[in-house]
Amino acid sequence: MSDNKTPVLEMRKVDKSFGPIDVLHEISLKVNQGEVLCLLGDNGAGKSTLIKTLSGVHQPTRGEMLMDGNPVHFDRPRDAQEMGIATVHQFGGTYPLMSVGRNFFAGNEPTKGVGPFKVFDRQKANRIAVEQVQKMGITRITDGDRLVGGLSGGERQSLAIARAVYFGARVLILDEPTAALGVKQAAHVLRIVNEAKRRGLAVIFITHQVMHAMAVGDHFAVLIRGAIAADFRKGAKSREEIADLMAGGESMADLEANIEGYMETHDGHVPEPAH
Amino acid sequence: MTMADTKETDSPASGPASSFSLLDLFRRPEAGAAAGFILIFLFFGYFGVDKNFLTALGSSTWLNFASKVGIIAIPIAFLMIAGELDISVGALIPAGGIVLAMSVEHFGFNIWMGVLFSFVVAAAIGWVNGMLVTRTQVPSLIVTLATLFVVAGLNAYLSKQVAGTTQHSLPDAGVVSEFILGDYHSLILGDGDSAFTIFRSLQSSFFIWIAVAIGCFYVLHVSPWGNWILAMGGDEDSARNAGIPTDKLKIALFMLSAMAAALVGMTEAVLANTASTTTQFGMIFNTIICVVVGGVLLTGGFGTVTGVVFGTLTFGIVFQGINFTAFDKDLNMLFIGALLLVAVLMNDTFRNLATSASTKKK
Repeated sequence: MSDNKTPVLEMRKVDKSFGPIDVLHEISLKVNQGEVLCLLGDNGAGKSTLIKTLSGVHQPTRGEMLMDGNPVHFDRPRDAQEMGIATVHQFGGTYPLMSVGRNFFAGNEPTKGVGPFKVFDRQKANRIAVEQVQKMGITRITDGDRLVGGLSGGERQSLAIARAVYFGARVLILDEPTAALGVKQAAHVLRIVNEAKRRGLAVIFITHQVMHAMAVGDHFAVLIRGAIAADFRKGAKSREEIADLMAGGESMADLEANIEGYMETHDGHVPEPAH
Repeated sequence: MTMADTKETDSPASGPASSFSLLDLFRRPEAGAAAGFILIFLFFGYFGVDKNFLTALGSSTWLNFASKVGIIAIPIAFLMIAGELDISVGALIPAGGIVLAMSVEHFGFNIWMGVLFSFVVAAAIGWVNGMLVTRTQVPSLIVTLATLFVVAGLNAYLSKQVAGTTQHSLPDAGVVSEFILGDYHSLILGDGDSAFTIFRSLQSSFFIWIAVAIGCFYVLHVSPWGNWILAMGGDEDSARNAGIPTDKLKIALFMLSAMAAALVGMTEAVLANTASTTTQFGMIFNTIICVVVGGVLLTGGFGTVTGVVFGTLTFGIVFQGINFTAFDKDLNMLFIGALLLVAVLMNDTFRNLATSASTKKK
């Protein structure tokens, strides 16, 4: 591992506006090699915009982005990818009715043959795909011809992460990878995140599930209404404190106390929901 | 335990080892279309045996019909796998024919120059389709519906303006061009009483269809581009993010389907020695039926060339086969509708089998 002091990816006071609407305000973030940065935030906090800015879909209105300390500018997602920033979305960017091997190499197919008559090297694709996925700890996948639609959500995520790692990603952006998964499946994905970290990747893990974030995160940033509301290292805050922060500062404990108080005085009925 | 595992244990099919290979066969994506073809063939073979359905000449009747639909159906299948639709082919078939006829008769082109010119015109229309779809995000059904009528209008208008007629003649231009584009071919071994007919009165379009099918099979299943087409239909955003040039690919596919339609128009013109501007609305439905019966997913992301070929054969038999049976000919459309429904339901079942394919076998 090289110098840990220079972050692999850094944002400095990045603003993003769409016309008159400001979505991100002075976002400063950094993520180091072999580290997981957890980006927490409720729905509508600006997580998606932040990810899209990091992965080159949007360009910052103000502020700068640096990779290894050098300013970078991404005009297209492809630019970010070429710099080694891989984004894996909720459903992993996998194609259910294509085989594991074809999925793994979509867009970067290994070929054999000469001239214009190139042949998709199915065996090589399948072999590498299965090898890489197994290395990530998914041992249930042994046949590269199998359709991805038959895999579980966690396995699909793992396939997508393995693909990103194989194609030389240095920064892995995981957009709510555990949101649609059951407990077991989510644990699976979290193990893969740890594996990616162990291999020295810088991981940005976006979630609104505090438990999942606590399980893998080294560094946490809480996003509220487009601004970083808190930025702390592992162990600095408890689960409750983080949940409170995400809920917009309103204390969850207060809320719970209110509900309990109401229930005591109303024969165990819960309060009418506020509109 | 996953879905795949539970299905495996619940299904009565899993059991003795011998049924396993059969199950594997059914899991081939084109299995549904192939099974459907065999059933339909046996059905019409049985009811049509008295009326020569099974003879070489009888087979040519539906094979010739199927070939013309089939040449267009495969590129349409590519588009559908990529998540798009092209119904402008109905106007591109006559366009291909009249451009060729006018090139030769009116402008005095060499027949092959005419063919090339006709392809160029078709490719340009396909390019316009592709550009409109990729640039405007208007659904391709609407875009190609518009170009269908625009091209149909142009066919009639330009025909009259340039040549003064909507019925163009195209006299035989040479042995080679007739042989390749529009003639009847027979292969009979031996002669006299020992003659054995391999095929009889097959049109050139049948052989062109085989060539198109082989070429398209290569593109979809052997070359790396096939992966791009499937990925684009599976999830276009992911495909674009993976570096696949989705817009260019889509435009290319629209050009391909337009050129395939023009090719059919040309073979018809050369065979019949005339070309008419009549828009072939029926072919729009015919090609879509063949593609769907062939197991291509309407929403994109799945399909095989082999499946579409089987689908086209099935459709050809059902469309023409009723003439060989004692059934009332008015039932033809009903048969086709039923075929479509049964095929879609069957394909869903087979596709589910394919996705649940487990790797449990040692």
